[in-house]
Amino acid sequence: MQARTDEPAQRAVEAVARESYGRLVALLATRTHDVAGAEDALGDALVSALTTWPRDGIPKNPQGWLLTAARNRLMDHARHQQVHEHSTPTLKLMTREFDETADPDRWPDERLKLLFVCAHPAIDPNIHTPLMLQTVLGLDAVAIGRALLVAPKTIGQRLVRAKTKIRQARIAFEIPTADQIPARLEAVLKAIYAAYGNSWEDASGADQRIPELGQEAIWLARVLREQLPEDPEIRGLLALMLYCEARRPARRSAEGRFVPLSDQDPKDWSMPMIEEAERELTAAFQMRRPGRFQIEAAIQSVHAERAHTDRTDSAAIAAFYDQLVQLAPSIGGAVARAAAHAEVRGPEAGLTLLDQIDSHAVISYQPYWAVRAHLLRQLDRPQAAAEAYDRAIGLSEDPAVRTFLTERRNSLTLQ
Amino acid sequence: MLYALLIYEKPDDFARRVSSVESEAYTAAWRAYHRAMLDAGIFVGGRPLDTPETATTVRLREGKSEIQDGPYANTKEQLGGFTLLELPSLDAALEWAARCPAASYGTVEVRPIAVELEPRVTVAS
Repeated sequence: MQARTDEPAQRAVEAVARESYGRLVALLATRTHDVAGAEDALGDALVSALTTWPRDGIPKNPQGWLLTAARNRLMDHARHQQVHEHSTPTLKLMTREFDETADPDRWPDERLKLLFVCAHPAIDPNIHTPLMLQTVLGLDAVAIGRALLVAPKTIGQRLVRAKTKIRQARIAFEIPTADQIPARLEAVLKAIYAAYGNSWEDASGADQRIPELGQEAIWLARVLREQLPEDPEIRGLLALMLYCEARRPARRSAEGRFVPLSDQDPKDWSMPMIEEAERELTAAFQMRRPGRFQIEAAIQSVHAERAHTDRTDSAAIAAFYDQLVQLAPSIGGAVARAAAHAEVRGPEAGLTLLDQIDSHAVISYQPYWAVRAHLLRQLDRPQAAAEAYDRAIGLSEDPAVRTFLTERRNSLTLQ
Repeated sequence: MLYALLIYEKPDDFARRVSSVESEAYTAAWRAYHRAMLDAGIFVGGRPLDTPETATTVRLREGKSEIQDGPYANTKEQLGGFTLLELPSLDAALEWAARCPAASYGTVEVRPIAVELEPRVTVAS
């Protein structure tokens, strides 16, 4: 069968696209400033790899192959247009640079520059994060919409507008100077965390690239920490992601069933990762400049304590959530805060906090309905709990979570 | 890359142009800025514009020209001048915009020259 022989080549194309998308876009766009053009050229190169590689075999240097193919596309395009007088010599220069270093490991990594371009103050702040998710991490508009709770269509149009501005106004591809970094860093960290969150929600493994997206996010945070070791929020974010990552294997039972945090066995957590997180968070706290990510990491560190103490300090968690919603209000934070207070002061208190959240903002927010169902169940209001479970089940994307919630719902005693 | 800095000023700022002791600080700041741009070798062109009261707008509608007294936009801040700079990136242009005296009392808008359009709407001189 034709399809079977194609498979290894197809997988190779997918693998290199996953690993190298952002890196190749960054390399292609650094000189031209044309992110959309780089993405199109890379897209064309991937399509042609899908036909060429099954026929001629997988090239020894797949990244190099894609880069050459994409660059040739860009050159063709520039020749056609002719209007962009500066782009042709630029591309020639680029060709020479890469011909001299065929080894992809020796190419400059331009992803951080691309991240900072995406978080540029000349770009609409609302599009900073989506732009980074798409160009640096290769997410599509649907995944971005899911990660950021925005409609994919709106995102698509705003992305196009932002890329046009990067190219036409010629925003510089450089690591910002020290005085500009604080303003730009917040957007960069937010985007990295959104990418990580995306990998987290899709623990079903339905989308193969998703766990790697989490790795990518952690990698980006590590690179940032090396560049800016004196920033506590970078370390806070890194710690936060490491705490979560340490628990990834525990989120599923051997049979693939969803295991909520409170039921997880700490023996399934990765202690080396927790220890690394601990070190990062301690270093961050010593700088005495608290921030959103440090607080979120602190919450996870309280959960991680259970590995040593066998109990969870719910009061400490609730107090950290109070701080968090003060410092960085968000729907997710408000829902988690309600759940934390329910643990300390009982389900009624949690429900009161849930009711204070803007009802319009939570219509399609799954965690809100899951927490609500959980609390109503504890309050022995099975009818209302069942309704909330239904909402949560309908909004779940992860089949294991759906099964978990359905079982909970079915165990209610309805009149 | 060519960037235009469009300088917007308020009525008070335009009033400071009238020669006086107080206006010396205003004009000195602009002279220093001009000198800095010349020294950096980035200044391509630029001129101060006369006050908005001297403006006249022209429109041709259904073959009839409509001529009106006053500037195009009826806003408090008005275009007071422009500068053309040759710079490598928007970031560099934003830096020069921040140094412009008007950035502290008015508004400086930075716009790239339309490189794709220009060759289609101009002829070689």
